[in-house]
Amino acid sequence: MAKNSDSKTNNAVNVSEMIVQNKKKKSMSNLMEKLVPSFLFLLASITVLTTIGILYTLLLEAIQFFKAVPIWEFFTTTELKPLSQDPQFGVLPLISGTLISTVIAMIVAGPIGLMSAIYLSEYASDKVRKVFKPLLEILAGIPTIVYGFFAFTFVTPLIRTFWPELGATNILSPGLVMGVMIIPMIASLSEDAMNSVPNSIREGSLAMGATRLETTFKVVIPAAFSGIIASFVLGISRAIGETMIVTIASGSSKNFTFDITQSMQTMTAYIVEVSGGEAPAGSTIYYSLYAVALTLFVFTLIMNLLARYVSRKFREEY
Amino acid sequence: MEKLDTLKLTSRMNARVRKNAIWKSIFFLSTLFGLIVLAVLIIRVLTQGAGWIDINFLTGRLSTDAERAGIMGALLGTVWVMLVVIPVTLIIGVGTAVYLELYAKRGKFQSFIETNISNLAGVPSIVYGLLGLTVFSRLMDLGNAVLAGGLTLSLLVLPILIVSAQEALRAVPGHLAEASYAMGATKWQTIRRVILPAALASILTGSILSLSRAIGETAPLTVLGIPAFLLPFPEGIFDTFTALPMQIYYWTLDSSLVAEYANLAAATIVVLLVLLFVLNSIAIFIRNKFQQRY
Repeated sequence: MAKNSDSKTNNAVNVSEMIVQNKKKKSMSNLMEKLVPSFLFLLASITVLTTIGILYTLLLEAIQFFKAVPIWEFFTTTELKPLSQDPQFGVLPLISGTLISTVIAMIVAGPIGLMSAIYLSEYASDKVRKVFKPLLEILAGIPTIVYGFFAFTFVTPLIRTFWPELGATNILSPGLVMGVMIIPMIASLSEDAMNSVPNSIREGSLAMGATRLETTFKVVIPAAFSGIIASFVLGISRAIGETMIVTIASGSSKNFTFDITQSMQTMTAYIVEVSGGEAPAGSTIYYSLYAVALTLFVFTLIMNLLARYVSRKFREEY
Repeated sequence: MEKLDTLKLTSRMNARVRKNAIWKSIFFLSTLFGLIVLAVLIIRVLTQGAGWIDINFLTGRLSTDAERAGIMGALLGTVWVMLVVIPVTLIIGVGTAVYLELYAKRGKFQSFIETNISNLAGVPSIVYGLLGLTVFSRLMDLGNAVLAGGLTLSLLVLPILIVSAQEALRAVPGHLAEASYAMGATKWQTIRRVILPAALASILTGSILSLSRAIGETAPLTVLGIPAFLLPFPEGIFDTFTALPMQIYYWTLDSSLVAEYANLAAATIVVLLVLLFVLNSIAIFIRNKFQQRY
């Protein structure tokens, strides 16, 4: 049975050799059995290290910033002039820019995403769904830089042809395009929630003579409500963190305004502008990056935790 | 007993049915809306950019002259970054998934790591950029080298890969592993020779999808300070680089100065989308061809 043909002639040596080899093998594999779990544990802890790394860098540098600019001033000043002689660091213009673009995006993505989900889950036949779902997933897979290009070179000029007051850079068109980007996310998460509503409930309603529409609004949506709300909250979180579309199409005006035809800067776009520029490490403007990023991180974290809380707390079990 | 007013009844019924039909078409139209925008976007990019794609554009160096500019540098940069992202994410991602699914005891620690991963998936990509800037660019002094970009993007897509690898491992039926144990195989032997091969197709599909996410990602790279105009081609992981999405970004920004740059951006988008399309087709092919159903 030995693989080594030279030792075939001497059986006794062969067997003892085999035993030795076997023992070696066993101890090797025993060693592997012990080493592998600890090695894999190390790999798994990299994700924890990433979180610690994010929190540590953001907090450490943001604290440096708040030594120069009091935290109260940062959150209440409506002026952001990082490069002027007398620099002002108020985050409110960035927060308002972020919230306005998010609201515009959700006005598009919320209703259209939900209605798409209703169509796919309640009305479409299996065949239609099999065609539409992958197509919607393509929409979700397009890089955001492409949407940014689309907003800047197509949507803005298009809207300007019948609304000339709109600026070349404005918050409206990136908001709209961001909405389109979020549609597939809301559609697919809401559809999952509606799909998990058991058919018996649906059929019960239909058997009582309700139309599909009545069944959808009075039975399916209330039953899937937590999942639908969670999908909206995740959509909001996505919109808050979205970077390239607003960076390209909304410009870098730091005015505190609510006029959607004007350029506005979001928190994400500010980070791109300042870090891409020549902010020397150690300057207040450099540290302001981390203060803004920390604010952004807290916003999205709250949204993500809220989504998880909603979908756990209010889930209907069947 | 009062007689049923059948006329009133049918008219009310008809109204309800009509309402249902009207809403059905509204729902259908909103589903179409997203797809129509997708079609407009693709047609627009193709009509604007496809004419600019020729062999000079694909293999040429950057140039301020729109007629002569090429994207070879950006293409190579993207390839180099992928050569960092693929091994790093595969090793860490699959390793983490194997640990969580097959070694970790069900308990607080495991659920802590899983909660942490799902939170990481929700962190905006720009924040990863700042992490990369602080840790890889400054602390490890990698500057804006391929390695800094690749590691940053790896951390970004890791949560996606881990979750898909976990699902792939979970889909392997338990009786395969039990048969292997019954033959005297140890746990690691079972994982390496039975479970991982059985889950390989799904893991590959998931890793290609997370790779395509990394290819299109721009925001973290802007934070790392990838140069707008770079002539030399990257020749290793310690070289400065630019990537396709960065090239699109800079050409789009400068299109207000030189109108042709918008066409160059569109042409680069076509190249990027074709690349993503090919990757996704490979993923679908692997899924259909090699995925076993038990």
